[in-house]
Amino acid sequence: MLITDLIKQSLVILDGGLGTLLQKKGLKAGELPEKWNLSHPEILTAVHKAYFDAGSNTVNANTFGANCLKFSENELESIIKAAIDNAKEAAKQSISPSKKFIALDMGPTGKMLSPLGSIAFEEAVNIFAKTVRLGAKHGADLIMIETMTDLYETKAALLAAKENCDLPVFVSNAYSENGRLLTGAEPKAVIAVLEGMGADAIGVNCSLGPADLMPVIKDYLKYSSLPLIFKPNAGLPSSVNGETVYDVSEDEFSETMKEAANLGVNILGGCCGTTPEYISALYNSVKDISPTKISKKSFTVVSSYSKAQVFSNSPLLIGERINPTGKKRFKQALKDHDIDHILDEALKQEDKGVHLLDVNVGTPEINEKKLLPEVIYEIQTVTDIPLQIDSSNIYALENAMRIYNGKAMINSVNGKKESMNAVFPLMKKYGAVAVALTLDESGIPETAEGRLEIAKKILNEAESYGIDKKDIVFDPLCMAVSAQPNAAEITLDALKLIKDNLGCKTVLGISNISFGLPNREALNASFFTLACENGLSAAIINPYSADMMKAYYSFNALKGNDESFSEYIKKAPELITEASKHLSAEADAPTGTELQKAIISGQKGRAAEITKKLSENNEPLKLISDEIIPALNFVGDGFESKKLYLPQLLMSAEAAGAAFEVIKAKGALTEEKHKNGHKIVLATVKGDIHDIGKNIVKLLLENYGYSVIDLGKDVAPEKIADTVIRENAYIAGLSALMTTTVPAMKETVTLLKEKAPDCRVIVGGAVLTEEYAKEIGAHYYSKDAISTVRIADELTKKD
Amino acid sequence: MIKTYISPALNEKEILRYARSSENALPAEAINAINILPETTVGRVVFDIFEIENRGDILDLGFAKTTSKNLKKNLEGCNKIVLFAATAGIEFDRLIKKYERVSPSKALWYQSIGSAYVESVCDIFCEEITREYGKTKPRFSPGYGDLPIEMQRDIFSALGCEKNIGITLNDSFFMTPSKSVTAIIGICEQQKGKF
Repeated sequence: MLITDLIKQSLVILDGGLGTLLQKKGLKAGELPEKWNLSHPEILTAVHKAYFDAGSNTVNANTFGANCLKFSENELESIIKAAIDNAKEAAKQSISPSKKFIALDMGPTGKMLSPLGSIAFEEAVNIFAKTVRLGAKHGADLIMIETMTDLYETKAALLAAKENCDLPVFVSNAYSENGRLLTGAEPKAVIAVLEGMGADAIGVNCSLGPADLMPVIKDYLKYSSLPLIFKPNAGLPSSVNGETVYDVSEDEFSETMKEAANLGVNILGGCCGTTPEYISALYNSVKDISPTKISKKSFTVVSSYSKAQVFSNSPLLIGERINPTGKKRFKQALKDHDIDHILDEALKQEDKGVHLLDVNVGTPEINEKKLLPEVIYEIQTVTDIPLQIDSSNIYALENAMRIYNGKAMINSVNGKKESMNAVFPLMKKYGAVAVALTLDESGIPETAEGRLEIAKKILNEAESYGIDKKDIVFDPLCMAVSAQPNAAEITLDALKLIKDNLGCKTVLGISNISFGLPNREALNASFFTLACENGLSAAIINPYSADMMKAYYSFNALKGNDESFSEYIKKAPELITEASKHLSAEADAPTGTELQKAIISGQKGRAAEITKKLSENNEPLKLISDEIIPALNFVGDGFESKKLYLPQLLMSAEAAGAAFEVIKAKGALTEEKHKNGHKIVLATVKGDIHDIGKNIVKLLLENYGYSVIDLGKDVAPEKIADTVIRENAYIAGLSALMTTTVPAMKETVTLLKEKAPDCRVIVGGAVLTEEYAKEIGAHYYSKDAISTVRIADELTKKD
Repeated sequence: MIKTYISPALNEKEILRYARSSENALPAEAINAINILPETTVGRVVFDIFEIENRGDILDLGFAKTTSKNLKKNLEGCNKIVLFAATAGIEFDRLIKKYERVSPSKALWYQSIGSAYVESVCDIFCEEITREYGKTKPRFSPGYGDLPIEMQRDIFSALGCEKNIGITLNDSFFMTPSKSVTAIIGICEQQKGKF
């Protein structure tokens, strides 16, 4: 039988103090108690036996400080072996009928972990790992990590236990009088980390008496879904006639412990100052209590080394500024390894009041696997805001999750098998709350129901890994409303569906919605408010946007999330801004012919109608060259000079498309005649699913007479190269939106140059710059759809 | 035994001295630094009482033995000592680490405030000990005179510094939190104590 089975059947009684008893038997102050395992085995056996006799199910072997910092390798093994043997002998000798287990006891190393102290996190893991392996080798039944006063060290110990044995692991922390660990962590933060990493039971020991620790254990009862350990001291020590005495009697102790058992604590024992008499009293007071069935808690919690953020009705703000996409200065900082710039960005966002910081350092030319954990570590030296680790590089993600001090949010997983297979094992091992994108192998569903279905699929898969739904936060994705007029509505519906049907938390990257439109902040802020009203739990935002922050504080004030409007009033002065400047300039009034006016103003029906009339008396090709193309050029110029915005460009392109259709329908224009004979292969590169930009390029290129072979999104380099060769295409256009997919773009460019050296490669997408394009070897960089047409025209003219 | 001290009075002159500032009053930056100390900042002391014995050249302190002549002189006329460790807590280390990266002047203020903080905690604790046990000697720390710094190791295991108040010791005998002090207070023999 395992201790984890016993927990299900009855309360588990642990042992009491050991150090204090050994001192009474002659252990000197300053003497290492573990040495007594070898020098005084009979005393250790007698103490353990007394606990078993008193009713303990589990005793801690005398290995609290047994680690390789204090003992040589050989000494360590003999000390641990002797410790477990002594306890085994005690179990054999005891006449108690209770089930008996022996725990390998692991206390702190005595060293502070960096950045505050001198030992590295991995070093601490290795120290604990050695003790764990020896404990498992010599027959311990479970690992008891206890009296931990620092969350980071606790994580190191638990990780070592999980990686080096299959035994159940109990983890107990020592809280000080202010209800926090000595290095600052509040119970919620500790619980989130330990539960996330898969401890079998967690709890509280040492430092204070049972009554003083009651508030802490109550926090555990509220937030934890694991069996709880409560092992307090016999109150506070004082010195009476040169002897240390504790101020809580056996009866008082066992009364309070009984209260804890009735509240739902299932694993009980004592720490400093408690003796077999205390344990006997405890045993008798709780022996008729059956263990409480532990209810699953649904709090979604992320934490740093001290602070926990619990998802609630008030949306959490996730600062998006630590991200190279579209930020020249930031990219340069990453290249120059200018960590201070990143830290500055972290602190500035913290000042703005965000609750979490997204951290993305994915950019070409840096080793993300190495840089991401480094940046995470450095940010944690300057702020206690919980972090969202943002990477599509699974190795970078793992390295960062490992070193992160707390329970991180990770960005992201999605409904693709490959993504879930990679990310879920990491969540299981390190614990995390994941942003889950509702897309899969077939892309982003166009309906809210479709996105809900993917969410369900993700939840099912997560469950098969033992990951609870509270740790999955869904991002139903928002697309540019300028490209798809009902994009906002679909996303808002999906938010509501996910919340109502699955009871899950949600998150959105807000600013996508306004892509291609002027005064984006206004749209973003309104969309954010709508999303909040539809139940959004967290938003990835630009905290420097006053509009966004106004929307946030206003929403909370209006919805009763801001008690007595204190936050709103506090922030009011700094959010008063000049009325936004009128950024959007009116496009020049449409000029030219009737058809041109219709195309420029995007009137599809009218454009078709006029074309029909004109084509009666005009040469079709002349209509195209004299009317339609100049109109498109006019719109293109307007777009380039920012007088026209993306939706207007698209509408014009559609109107032009309608005109072409008419000409085609008249049979006056064969495919061949309109086509200029040039083939262009277009694709969004592997790993990237953003294809709005690429689709616009396609539309315009077709308008201008190119034959476009559109390979879609997430396309492998080989497929692109093969298509270029097969179609004998002179131009390939590659698009990428995410920093993380730039390597895939580079790979594609390299392959194309090798296999189809005549092909000219044009690259574009939000993340790219002229400079990057050059670095990855592309022939041309295109900043938008119109300029792609210009480049293509230029290239084909030369021919 | 553990004691905690919330917001001990800070000596401005000491802060200025630690910061090597020749000003007469704390500048706004320093005052602000004090005002925004996290709520969790608290001074902690762990202590225990030991009987001591002179055996020729060797002084048995109850938790360790020493041949230090300076300490022996300090403890003349004492038969008991209070051994203690005090800390201003890890918050100062965090603030110092943070501002070393972004504002060296603030880092210096936190260095100075942290030192003044832990000294203040020591002063208050020593006064309490004197009140309780009668006449005491000035506190004496490892590293003073000929008392070797290596004694830190004995002090740490005797007091359970890490477990009780969160101080750790590295291989070079540096303490973390850095704003920490360990010391011995001699209790004079002729006085009556309540232990």
